[in-house]
Amino acid sequence: MYLIVFQLLFVLTFGIFILSKRHMSYFGLFIQLGLAGITSYWSVDVLIHGTVFERELLISFWGNPLEIKVDSLSAFFILVLNFTLLTGTMYSAGYLKPYINEKNRAEFGLHYFSLVWLHISMLLVCMLRDGLAFLVVWELMAVSSFFLVIFESEKEETVKAGIYYLLEMHVGLVLIMAGFIYAFVQTGAVFSFDGLTVYFARFHPFPLFLLFFMGFGIKAGFIPFHTWLPHAHPAAPSHISGIMSSVMIKMGIYGILRVLTYIHTDLLAIGIFILIISAISGLLGVMYAIMQHDLKKLLAYHSIENIGIIGIGIGIGLIGVAKDIPVLAALGFTGGILHVLNHSLFKSLLFYSAGSIYMRTHTRHIEHLGGLIKRMPVTALLFLLGAMAICGLPPFNGFISEFLIYFGLFKGLRTADFQTDLTILGAIICLALIGGLAIFCFTKVFSIVFLGTARSRLSENVKEIRGGMIFPKILAGIMIVTIGIFPLYFVKAAGKVAGLYVEDIPLIIQNAPPLSNVSRASLVFILLTAFLWFLRRMQQKRVQIEHGPTWGCGYSGADPAVHQYTATSFAENYRELASPILKVDKHFELLKEEEIFPRPRSFKTETGDMLEENLIEKPIRRIIYWMEKAAMFQTGNLQHYIMYAFLFAGLIFLLTIFKLI
Amino acid sequence: MNGLGFLLSIVSSLLFPGIIAVTKAKLSGRKGPGIFQPLFDAARLFRKGSIYSVTTSIIFQIAPVIYFASIVVALLFMPFGQYKGFLSFEVDFVFFSYLLAVGKFVMIIGAMDTGSGFEGMGANREALYSMLVEPAFFILMGSLALLTNHTSFYSLFVHIHFDSVLSYLIALLAIYLFVQIAMVENSRIPIDDPKTHLELTMIHEVMVLDNSGFDMCLIHLATGLKFALYGGLIANFIFPDTWPLYTQIAVFLMVNLLFVIAVGFLEAFRARNKLEKNPKWILTLSSISMVVFLSVLVIVHKYFLE
Repeated sequence: MYLIVFQLLFVLTFGIFILSKRHMSYFGLFIQLGLAGITSYWSVDVLIHGTVFERELLISFWGNPLEIKVDSLSAFFILVLNFTLLTGTMYSAGYLKPYINEKNRAEFGLHYFSLVWLHISMLLVCMLRDGLAFLVVWELMAVSSFFLVIFESEKEETVKAGIYYLLEMHVGLVLIMAGFIYAFVQTGAVFSFDGLTVYFARFHPFPLFLLFFMGFGIKAGFIPFHTWLPHAHPAAPSHISGIMSSVMIKMGIYGILRVLTYIHTDLLAIGIFILIISAISGLLGVMYAIMQHDLKKLLAYHSIENIGIIGIGIGIGLIGVAKDIPVLAALGFTGGILHVLNHSLFKSLLFYSAGSIYMRTHTRHIEHLGGLIKRMPVTALLFLLGAMAICGLPPFNGFISEFLIYFGLFKGLRTADFQTDLTILGAIICLALIGGLAIFCFTKVFSIVFLGTARSRLSENVKEIRGGMIFPKILAGIMIVTIGIFPLYFVKAAGKVAGLYVEDIPLIIQNAPPLSNVSRASLVFILLTAFLWFLRRMQQKRVQIEHGPTWGCGYSGADPAVHQYTATSFAENYRELASPILKVDKHFELLKEEEIFPRPRSFKTETGDMLEENLIEKPIRRIIYWMEKAAMFQTGNLQHYIMYAFLFAGLIFLLTIFKLI
Repeated sequence: MNGLGFLLSIVSSLLFPGIIAVTKAKLSGRKGPGIFQPLFDAARLFRKGSIYSVTTSIIFQIAPVIYFASIVVALLFMPFGQYKGFLSFEVDFVFFSYLLAVGKFVMIIGAMDTGSGFEGMGANREALYSMLVEPAFFILMGSLALLTNHTSFYSLFVHIHFDSVLSYLIALLAIYLFVQIAMVENSRIPIDDPKTHLELTMIHEVMVLDNSGFDMCLIHLATGLKFALYGGLIANFIFPDTWPLYTQIAVFLMVNLLFVIAVGFLEAFRARNKLEKNPKWILTLSSISMVVFLSVLVIVHKYFLE
């Protein structure tokens, strides 16, 4: 029954096109609620009972009936993506309102149609095991998100970013396809995920895993496959950036985790490989983020950082399995998987807030903002909530997942051998540094965007956004605080997933991490803060409260708008330290000698992505260079072409004579 | 009895700033204020009204409250010999460290809220330095966890006294690191000199230029508490839980006293680092703690020399 409704909803999506622009979002939300309701019901059932849900869809595919299969891994990801997609669609209703007059009905319809199909395709990615069907829905996900990214297609850069995105996604698709085909050819088993079991049992798993990792890693945004994120996220409308960053990139993680369920040998090498890539992603992601001035680009780099944290969890989990250290394995996996949920919550909250800021100020450049907390207090406080959560501070959810990973690391130290201890040490240093850098970054962003006074006209006289757009953010905020203070059920759910990789997980999760103590400590902290705040209120009632200008060392003419810190100056001492890995371009014009009365001029700094430059752009430039050289053969002269044909025939002739081919 | 460490730390924290000031004054040949002067200051601030900059928002007002609360809750983890802290669980030092980070986070944004160039400067440095010092603390706790096979403050300290003599060597290095980390966390010499003229102070004190009244009172008290936090941890290194209780209390207080007097000495005779040298100096702490970690690995026989 549910299955039929589930598939009927696919057909209903076409109804979006016949509605008016104002009603599309509601209809989309209606369909998504149906999808989310049914799949969440299945998933919760799977997570609670630990069963695997299997059904055949009515559609057949190449003559084979299409089977959906929901195990705990799928179930967890389905629940995560359902939540964010619903909040995303809710948010979109308000966010796209200003575009109603600019865009025609077809464009609007395509947007919502793609949004619903993005939801469907992600659900199916989590449910389908058949190789070909998986690749089709994987492609569907890429295409629908491409249409969502290029919503503002009148801007050239948006389309460019969109195409860049689509290209990288297809590189990923080819790699995944190659992985499936290779396994299929080698073993002759079924062309599906389940077919991989045979391959991994028979052959050395690392090379094939590497292929899959690269394919899925492009989606997930591991460095060095991250280059699409900083382009696509700023270009897309904010609810789409939120959805893509929160859940779509996690489909890459899902893919990697799915492939890992079939691998039982060679885990140490794979674990160390994932750990190294993730540590680099985590560190470089946040290090690049600090230098960004574009709010959404900055958040995109933070997604890379958080993918790194998730990967660190998975990596040490694998090492734990390989080295037989149960606590390391269990908590690494649980922490990493829980971070998938946590990141989806605070990242969507942050992107929606960034969207609200963009909607009111029409800029994403943080140097133009400032003092917004006085004009948009609710947005500011919700952004702060997200910022503290992403920094992994208690009592919010980011802390819980990082705490679990730390817990595994510190508890695993004693039983591990020498090399593993050094690996653990490396992971601890990385996590600690990532935490510190994230705090540096988000104190900067929050201060520059919301505090002080306005740095340009753009952020003066703006209004708070309407309730409809605040509501989804509050939902995410509630989840963040709930997981932060009462983490037990969420950790158990993540533990169920980790159970696919580690045995005896319920035992370790139930006994080891002192979650109830963490919640108690968090509660004490909150209560003490509340009490002190109350005390302060009492004290301030009795005494005189005055207001004046900010202290300027006795100089009263100081204007905060002029001499307050900017984002660039805040990051200056960091930039000096990190200069070896950053590429900061300064654009300015030197003063000429004959210029007695200098004209007004400008100074601009820009931080490029050194990895993108060296890994993508330089090789491409090199290829184009040689391609252009090769173009000399293309003379347009018929005689030359006939000569080429003769040369070719002669070459074949010679090679055959010498038995070379 | 589980809160003994907490209570003793609170008591000693009240006297810390006074003792440091007196030590410094005596060493530099001045008469100096009384030991209780900082307490009188705090009491006076508590009665006083406040001035708020019109640039500031709710963040500025709530920041000192959260900062103070974070340090007090961190103190609740303080063990005392055989007694646990009020709060104690495995890997509690991660919570401890992240809780202190919450305090720093809000103080940084609180300073930025004023829109003052000075406070921005302090805030920015605080953010950088606390980021750089983070790994040192975690590596150090990792080494202690490896050495004792325990992972909460309480059990770490109880078990460090049962191991070989070698563990005392590690404890010595650890104490050195704790003192230095305390100096960074409190922005004292050699990182920064809090007693210079306010605008010349580079980090923490310059962040609170605009605070007044109740908020300033909390910030002053928090400084003492933060010293007590590290003083208490260091004291726990020194005495084993087998000693009688009154000796332990006496030793605890003595160690705390010595710690602050040492701070006073350090501040009286040592000049502040050149500011640009600070990052390197702080990173040295991480490398020292790395040495500790490696030595612990050797001690617990996890090396391959065959």
